[in-house]
Amino acid sequence: MRFSEQWLREWVNPAISTTELANQVTMAGLEVDSVEPAAPPFKGVVMGRVVELSPHPTAERLQIAQVDIGQGSALTIVCGAPNVTVGMVAPVALEGAELPGDIHIKKTSLRGIESNGMLCSALELGLGESGEGLWALPDDSPLGVDLREWLGLDDCLIEIDLTPNRGDCLSISGIAREVGVLNRCELTPVSANPVEPDIDVTFPVVISAPHACPRYAGRVIRGLNPAATTPLWMIERLRRSGLRSLGPMVDITNYLMLELGQPMHAFDLDKLSGRIDVRYAVAGEKLELLNGNTIVPDAETLLITDANGPLALAGIMGGQSSAVGPDTRNVFLESAFFNPIIIAGRARRYGLHTDSSHRFERGVDPQLQKQALERATQLLTDIAGGQAGPIVEAAIPEALPAEPAIRLRPGRVERLLGLSIDPQEITDILRWLGMAVASEGDHWIVAPPSFRFDIRIEADLIEEIGRIYGYSRLPSHRPVIRSEMAPQPEAKLSLDRLRETLVQRGYQEAITYSFVDPASQQSLAPEQQTLSLANPISADLAVMRTSLWPGLLKAARNNLQRQQDRVRIFESGLCFIQAGDDLVQDAYLGGVICGDPLPEQWTNDKRALDFFDLKGDVESLLTLTGRLAAFNFVAARHPALQPGQSARIEHDHRVVGWLGAVHPRIAKQLDLTGKPFVFELRLADLQQARVPQFSELSRFPSSRRDIAIIVEEDVTAQAIRECIREHGADLLREILLFDVYRGKGVPDGHKSLAFGLILQDISRSLMDSELEKTVATIVTGLEKRFGAKLR
Amino acid sequence: MEELAKLVLEAQMALAQADDLGRVEQLRVNYLGKKGVLTERLKQLGKLPPEERPAAGQAINDAKQDIVVAIEARKAVLAEAQLDAQLANEAVDVTLPGRGQSPGGLHPITRTMSRIESLFTQIGFSVLEGPEIEDDFHNFEALNIPDHHPARAMHDTFYFDDGRLLRTHTSNVQIRVMSVQPPPLRVIAPGRVYRCDSDLTHTPMFHQVEGFLVDEGVSFADLKGILNDFLRNFFERDLQVRFRPSYFPFTEPSAEVDMECVICNGVGCRVCKQSGWIEILGCGMVHPEVFAHVDIDSERYTGFAFGMGVERLALLRYGVNDMRLFFENDLRFLQQFR
Repeated sequence: MRFSEQWLREWVNPAISTTELANQVTMAGLEVDSVEPAAPPFKGVVMGRVVELSPHPTAERLQIAQVDIGQGSALTIVCGAPNVTVGMVAPVALEGAELPGDIHIKKTSLRGIESNGMLCSALELGLGESGEGLWALPDDSPLGVDLREWLGLDDCLIEIDLTPNRGDCLSISGIAREVGVLNRCELTPVSANPVEPDIDVTFPVVISAPHACPRYAGRVIRGLNPAATTPLWMIERLRRSGLRSLGPMVDITNYLMLELGQPMHAFDLDKLSGRIDVRYAVAGEKLELLNGNTIVPDAETLLITDANGPLALAGIMGGQSSAVGPDTRNVFLESAFFNPIIIAGRARRYGLHTDSSHRFERGVDPQLQKQALERATQLLTDIAGGQAGPIVEAAIPEALPAEPAIRLRPGRVERLLGLSIDPQEITDILRWLGMAVASEGDHWIVAPPSFRFDIRIEADLIEEIGRIYGYSRLPSHRPVIRSEMAPQPEAKLSLDRLRETLVQRGYQEAITYSFVDPASQQSLAPEQQTLSLANPISADLAVMRTSLWPGLLKAARNNLQRQQDRVRIFESGLCFIQAGDDLVQDAYLGGVICGDPLPEQWTNDKRALDFFDLKGDVESLLTLTGRLAAFNFVAARHPALQPGQSARIEHDHRVVGWLGAVHPRIAKQLDLTGKPFVFELRLADLQQARVPQFSELSRFPSSRRDIAIIVEEDVTAQAIRECIREHGADLLREILLFDVYRGKGVPDGHKSLAFGLILQDISRSLMDSELEKTVATIVTGLEKRFGAKLR
Repeated sequence: MEELAKLVLEAQMALAQADDLGRVEQLRVNYLGKKGVLTERLKQLGKLPPEERPAAGQAINDAKQDIVVAIEARKAVLAEAQLDAQLANEAVDVTLPGRGQSPGGLHPITRTMSRIESLFTQIGFSVLEGPEIEDDFHNFEALNIPDHHPARAMHDTFYFDDGRLLRTHTSNVQIRVMSVQPPPLRVIAPGRVYRCDSDLTHTPMFHQVEGFLVDEGVSFADLKGILNDFLRNFFERDLQVRFRPSYFPFTEPSAEVDMECVICNGVGCRVCKQSGWIEILGCGMVHPEVFAHVDIDSERYTGFAFGMGVERLALLRYGVNDMRLFFENDLRFLQQFR
């Protein structure tokens, strides 16, 4: 809501500066967004009438004007504007004038003719949008008078960012009410005396949708002068409120909307037939709106109709067929109250947002219609003549918004605001706000005024009291909080520790969007059912992620393309998996690595990144659970991963995650250079840790025996390890795999694995014979199960 | 006797000149070996008259002892020199960089959220999370934002075909917690939120921390106190903070909180649009309608709730000049927050 400070001060004029005023309303909840001058600085511009025009002797486009500025002889001014005519009144920048854009007007000679000033366009004064010709001022403008003073251009435009509950402040009168309350200052409202009907012409109105439109007032005005123009003062006020002048009829309805907050509409009476009926749309109806669009209203849409069908989208926009135009002489003026609930959301449904719908959906004072109609009639007949008929009003009082009577308890005010406010001050504030306050025992019964749609319950009143009393005057203290200890389950591994571990291993945390490109998700997780947004922000952010990989790989790619050839990033966050009818929103932890295993360094231990770099990182996470051994890495295929370099991570035979090299085909599709590796784990499985349990330390020495065995390629290290553990019985403390060898001495299709076996007993030193026996048992076991041979 | 003294002196001088252990050993053999000069002397003792023997023997042994001491001393000196030489050889350029992995870092948003969480958990708040795909009830209806309410226009909501939506704030957690847990409640809910809006200052996903406290006797004064404390501790500055009436459907009274601009110290700059104030938080007393939706007796309990944008806090705290940087995941950006 933008308005002119001057206009406001006509209604209410407290003795405070513009800055104080802006600060005051901001601190009362009407946030001032900006305060700007109504016109850029200029001086030395008066109003003058062109009394004589003659062609310039040498310049075809220029004319020599004699300009009457109301004193002595006329000024000679050379003018190039195409619209200059004898008799027109226009702004004259006198010698010595200063115009916006640092222009200084001097006496000058234009192609041999002396020019004593400049006739100006609105644009040259920083007031208009186009520079097409001189600014034609009204004929009766006083000549020689300073334009700036005459138009009151030393004014400020104040822009207020209103919250949706304050529809009552979408007008000068509404803001004036607020300023009045804040300064305890009475208003000077404009007169809206009933206009005595000149004629007895009416147009009938019925309301078929009483709940939607509890009040509809209207009036016929005939014999308007189509040549009438909007007075300059009104054009200026509209301009300062951000509206353009569109002829007296529209200007007056707009003016009323700005002044009182009542959106109005003018129908061309000659285009109406039968009667006005306010009703819901029926199937098959169409309406061409003023903006040229044709809509097919649905059955929930309220229309203004006549015998021939829809005329207007009620409270939102008028229709083309009944619109006023340059030849309109007879009008029917509408001033109605539409129920906010009926208008809310309707405009948006048709892709519209109008000044009218904006006000109706926030609530227009249901008692305002007649007053607005009288005021509009007065302005219209003053400007364009015509004879007004009597007001016709259809109203269904019981459908009007209920006027609540709210109980207000002083104790409750204190409890909510934390301060005991003098009851006298409370009732004073409420009365200034236009509320009726009655005492009833230990509390009050308060009735808010009809223009306040946001006051329904006691808390609303308490907010009003706090707001006018001043939030900054309310106390501030630290709350007293019961000091209870919160449980700290030690067996739950915190996300912080997991993150920190990855950070220590060189990972940088990323945050990617939860919606991803459908194509890349399809490549990476083709088996998951994806959830698509109905209104995505763009086609490449259209489906909810089922995995962290699409986002992470995109981030990796962007970095690789920005010359970062070593990328280690991770992310944690929800993934959204549709499982039949159920939507599962679980948190995952995932990462991508690419480029050298270590940052480039002088020690020259360069080698290519491989699966085991990634696995090391994953194992470091699993180690934090204290149950590393409970997780199994199972060779398995995944559509996103390279076969042979991908593994499923299982816990209790349940899949808890995946890791591996990105399939080269997919890497290419995603424009990834290098060979990226990825992992992903379901966070809940990773966070299940354990409380450590001490086990006795042996005071006796341990012994180590190394064995190297040859097995076929497809025997896994894990299987061998399990077999060793099984046969090692209680003496086996630890198994170290210290070498994997293929080549000379090992047959094709085989490999050699070397293990260090650490043996120890808790209560005694082991004898050589026992050691040998245990190792032999293990070796026999390996032979039997895998055909392993000692090397 | 003099002869022996001369011999010892001779040996000592020779040792002083021996510059490696081999030469020392050679001298040892020369003097003390089986055929060494002093060993020979001892063998000659028998030729002396018996009464002279003890004194002569003693003299020879003394000389021998003197030489042994000299040899050991020389050996120690040489060993020390050898170690020095060896260590000199092993010297490294200590300015060469260390070896191995260098740590990464947390995202500035995570860092900011942890900072917020730790300030509130200190005073007994617990951290709770909720779903990001939410139903209309928990995101709007229960928060007193019915269908077609003009406030819905302030939330450009992402929808799914079945009517579910991406939460537009973390206030859904307020509803979810209050529906199952009786007061007293002290909770903060950090997380991702979504609005269908993307331009210079908006990203379609961002982060919020919502907090609420519900108990008997909680007032607006408590809310003012806690947020004053929070902002001053978060920014580690004695900031001016002001509370301005505002409107949220789920709080009544509602307030917008402005703090003194941390960029210009309240003087006025581009960031604060010359006002000296920065809008940083929305808050208010929990609306009785919200309590009604979760069956909390609003006559007995009162509470406050507040919500803040994490990106905005991070932006101001770390001087980041473009909100979009948070989600581009440019390593050059992220590494600045290590």
